[in-house]
Amino acid sequence: MIFETAFWLPIGIMAPLLAALCTFLAPQRMSPLVTMIGAGITFVAVGFLSASLVRNGPARHTVGGWGAPLGIDLAVDGLAALMLMLTAVVGAAVALYAYGYFNFSGHGEETKRRYASFWPLWLFLWSALNALFLSRDVFNLYVTLELVSFAAVALTALAGKPDVLRAAMRYLLVSLVGSLFYLMGVAYLYGEFGVLDIDQLKKTVTATPSLAAAAALMTVGLMMKTALFPLHFWLPPAHANAIAPVSALLSALVVKGSFYILLRAWLEIFYPLSHTGAPYLLTGLGGAAILWGSLQAIRQVRLKLLIAYSTVAQIGYLFLLTPLLFVKEQSPIALSGIVCFILAHAGAKAAAFLSAGAIQLVTGDDRISSLRGLMQMQPLAVVAFGAAGVSLAALPPSGGFIAKWFMLHAALAHGDRLVAAIIVVGGLLAAIYVMRVVAPLFRQPDDAVLHRLTLAPKTMTLTALGLAVLALLLSFAGIPVMEMLSIGAVGILGIE
Amino acid sequence: MIGTSTLYTLAGVLLFGMGLYALIAYPHLLRKILAMNVMGTGVFMVLISIAYQGPTQRADPIPHALVITGIVVAVCATGLALTLATRIQALTGSARLETDEEA
Amino acid sequence: MDWESSLPLLLFLSSFAPGLVIFFLEEEAHTTRTVLNLFGALLKLALLAIMVPGLLERKVYETRLPLLPEIDLVLRADSLSVLFIVLSASLWLVTTIYAIGYLEYSPNRSRFFGFFSLCVSSTMGIALAGNPLTFLIFYEMLTICTYPLVVHRGTPQAMHGGRVYLAYTLSGGVVLLIGVIGLYVLAGPVEFVDGGALDAIGAQSPEALRWLYPFFIVGFGVKAALVPLHGWLPRAMVAPAPVSALLHAVAVVKAGAFGIVRVIYDLYGINLAHALGLIDPLLIAAAITIVVGSLFALNQDDLKKRLAYSTVSQVSYIILGAATFGLFGAIGGLLHLVHQGVMKITLFFCAGNFAETLGIHKVSEMDGVGRRMPLTMAAFTIAALGMIGVPPTAGFISKWFLGVGSLQAQNDWVLGVLLTSSLLNAAYFLPILYRGWFKSQQGEWPEEHIYGRMETHWMLLFPPAVTGAFVLLLGLLANLPLGLLRWVEFLILLEYRL
Repeated sequence: MIFETAFWLPIGIMAPLLAALCTFLAPQRMSPLVTMIGAGITFVAVGFLSASLVRNGPARHTVGGWGAPLGIDLAVDGLAALMLMLTAVVGAAVALYAYGYFNFSGHGEETKRRYASFWPLWLFLWSALNALFLSRDVFNLYVTLELVSFAAVALTALAGKPDVLRAAMRYLLVSLVGSLFYLMGVAYLYGEFGVLDIDQLKKTVTATPSLAAAAALMTVGLMMKTALFPLHFWLPPAHANAIAPVSALLSALVVKGSFYILLRAWLEIFYPLSHTGAPYLLTGLGGAAILWGSLQAIRQVRLKLLIAYSTVAQIGYLFLLTPLLFVKEQSPIALSGIVCFILAHAGAKAAAFLSAGAIQLVTGDDRISSLRGLMQMQPLAVVAFGAAGVSLAALPPSGGFIAKWFMLHAALAHGDRLVAAIIVVGGLLAAIYVMRVVAPLFRQPDDAVLHRLTLAPKTMTLTALGLAVLALLLSFAGIPVMEMLSIGAVGILGIE
Repeated sequence: MIGTSTLYTLAGVLLFGMGLYALIAYPHLLRKILAMNVMGTGVFMVLISIAYQGPTQRADPIPHALVITGIVVAVCATGLALTLATRIQALTGSARLETDEEA
Repeated sequence: MDWESSLPLLLFLSSFAPGLVIFFLEEEAHTTRTVLNLFGALLKLALLAIMVPGLLERKVYETRLPLLPEIDLVLRADSLSVLFIVLSASLWLVTTIYAIGYLEYSPNRSRFFGFFSLCVSSTMGIALAGNPLTFLIFYEMLTICTYPLVVHRGTPQAMHGGRVYLAYTLSGGVVLLIGVIGLYVLAGPVEFVDGGALDAIGAQSPEALRWLYPFFIVGFGVKAALVPLHGWLPRAMVAPAPVSALLHAVAVVKAGAFGIVRVIYDLYGINLAHALGLIDPLLIAAAITIVVGSLFALNQDDLKKRLAYSTVSQVSYIILGAATFGLFGAIGGLLHLVHQGVMKITLFFCAGNFAETLGIHKVSEMDGVGRRMPLTMAAFTIAALGMIGVPPTAGFISKWFLGVGSLQAQNDWVLGVLLTSSLLNAAYFLPILYRGWFKSQQGEWPEEHIYGRMETHWMLLFPPAVTGAFVLLLGLLANLPLGLLRWVEFLILLEYRL
């Protein structure tokens, strides 16, 4: 039984959910412990799930034994398994970091009490994300989207200051509107084709006006949630004002959740529309996001806003290759590039936010000008930020470089020189904003300032460094990712 | 002659649009939250009109199930939004998103 | 992976692993750090010694790690890479000793020696890279690891130098990336092969190869400081002396020159490059760089800056040799790869000694320094004469071959360039020697430190003495069996497929 893939599917969703409920039952000081146990079980479930997927191929679980079309199915393929693993690894690292962050002596009692809600909320988020990655039903995806948003908004609000509450409110409203757009699209899909299960939709869709309307509504809704330019306005304040571990979760995982649905939707439902202008429109917006986000990042004076705008820019890369997903020769390379990018960006961006958080605890504010000379005080955090920056700027050796290599290869082989140029320029701009942070860190410190600083706990700096090293080690992810993606063959290969 | 079902669909889309307009246009958070609920109602109306399968046949139950679930989600969302709004009101003295400098 | 195929990887790890450990050492752990550094450097030389007999039997040592579909991360020790590795491994050893003497009691030591080791590891990777992608990866890694060394002092000038350095090298890296990926899209998985790997593509689509060529040359030319891409080099002089020494002799500048040599010999192949008419423009660029670099050097009063411009000029001798079609020129170019390294590192060691012991940074402050520091000044003199090309130093041998090679390739004008450059070299080095030996001291030294009876700390004195001796030995014993000249001849015959 434990070697059956389907056995582990619901456990990956239920374990964090139950653990979240348990944190309410147990005394508050036990929350971290309960969370770690729940996280451990989820980790094991995801591990077994992936291992058995590699051995036995894709699997389905019919919830309650109903089965599609009436019931809801869970299914796992290579793409879903990669996302589950990413969430587990980044999430666990962030949880370790959060433990150190909350115990930092600088926080007051009241703040610490508020932060205790982090544990159940993070588990809810994890559960919702896992459900999102595994669902095969477009309506159930709507529910998971909402669950993700609720947990994410509540996590954002944890910081408790007026600025962050406003940012969380804006985030919630945009997110809800996005979900409603998505739901309207679902209504059109159901009205036209009469099914909600993705595998059944995949077989029945044809290029009708209703499909186009559904595609437009769902794409716009998911673009809002993914913060694709020009619908990104809510992201920088939310991601920059949240506490560091939450910023890391939001940038590394949450925006990827809605992108994951968008990717699947286009590959498996809207593919009859691939010859229209829509994929090129997404490419254009992606390119604009890269340039706009990078230029904004370069202009920022606050460290976390800089990183948040970097997320706006990096999201653009996810959309840049949309038309190539439907070109037979380039599709596997383009898809591998996008997925490698998701993995590398998650590791690097989480590491960037976590190290920024460690630095921020030390300096007490997050202006870039306060970073002077911190290399001597917090070498680990600085090296973590630097290594994350290497991956963000897509310099080798890093996962970001491998992703960019795939993307450039697909774009040039298809003759899209403009796309290739944007990828290259985006890398240089990223190097500039990363250096805006790294350069002051290497300056001669002001001794008077250094002496009154306290050090951030090692758990924080080491987890940040671990994630950054992971982003570098993803250099070798190219082939494993391609092999994983061939399990269940998402995309153009699966349709034929 | 427009059928009843289509009429309901159009009304639903109209509600959705009105809600969206109000959400963007009005600064007060309570109005925004109400507007969001109006949008949701628009979507539910479209879903229900889809369930209609002609005068002789029974209505399709699946969209109804979707609407019920949707309402539950909408209630949760409204609850969360109201909590945030009251907290913002308590901390800043106004239930608006713009800070004083922006307004 | 068996023992022999893991040798190239071990060669890389022998500096990479100690580098990583050093980062985590406490600042006060002097002994551990010194032992790790020297252990890594000696281990590297030992690994090389194991490989040399096999290489003489034309065995190829190769490590392959799967990286991308059809493209591996290839570390391969062939005859050309071993030439570069022997140079960098031995110079790393002496530079490490020098750096310990120079920096072991100043702040941020762990960080410095950590990045120093990573820098050398990247150079190893560049030397061993068996295909363009591997080369690119280590080439960019070198850029990144060198930045903290350039800005090590953290002063505003250092930060400025670092910024300029990164702006130049990262842009160069992007240009190179376009070239490399364009090549893979055009030709599929390509690896470096003695004599060239693109003959088939060259026959099929010569135009595409002509298009890609400038990307490679500009990409490598930035680090090799080809005029007008040399602007970063003089500004990077703010780095501590051991860094400048390493940068100029083996790491950054050499990596660029080595890249150009790789592209011409092992990617395009000298015959194809000649047939496509690609080497003549490079020859002209190298010639211009040689003359212009020397002209700039004339006016510098700052000793390290003068040496920096001298590097701009001298590194292009290597490129000049690679761009000369004919055995003699080619031999001269590769010989200069080694000779320039040994000579330039000696000069920088000496400049560092003057700065550290007497506080001298300018040529105009050097009056009478020969009497105070005779051994350092002697090493400086030998290396400077080598740069000018005076027999019997190493520099004479490479220039001789380059001169004969130009005549052989019927580029008579290049001989004029070489002579002009030698005159200019004399014009900016001889005044230094004159001031040092024959003028008498003017007042106090700017900032004097006394190190017992020796003229300076023994760890600062030993490295230039050794490398200075090598400048002479490489010249005097050039023709020994198993000597450098034999090795280079063997190599060039392979590259020319003779």
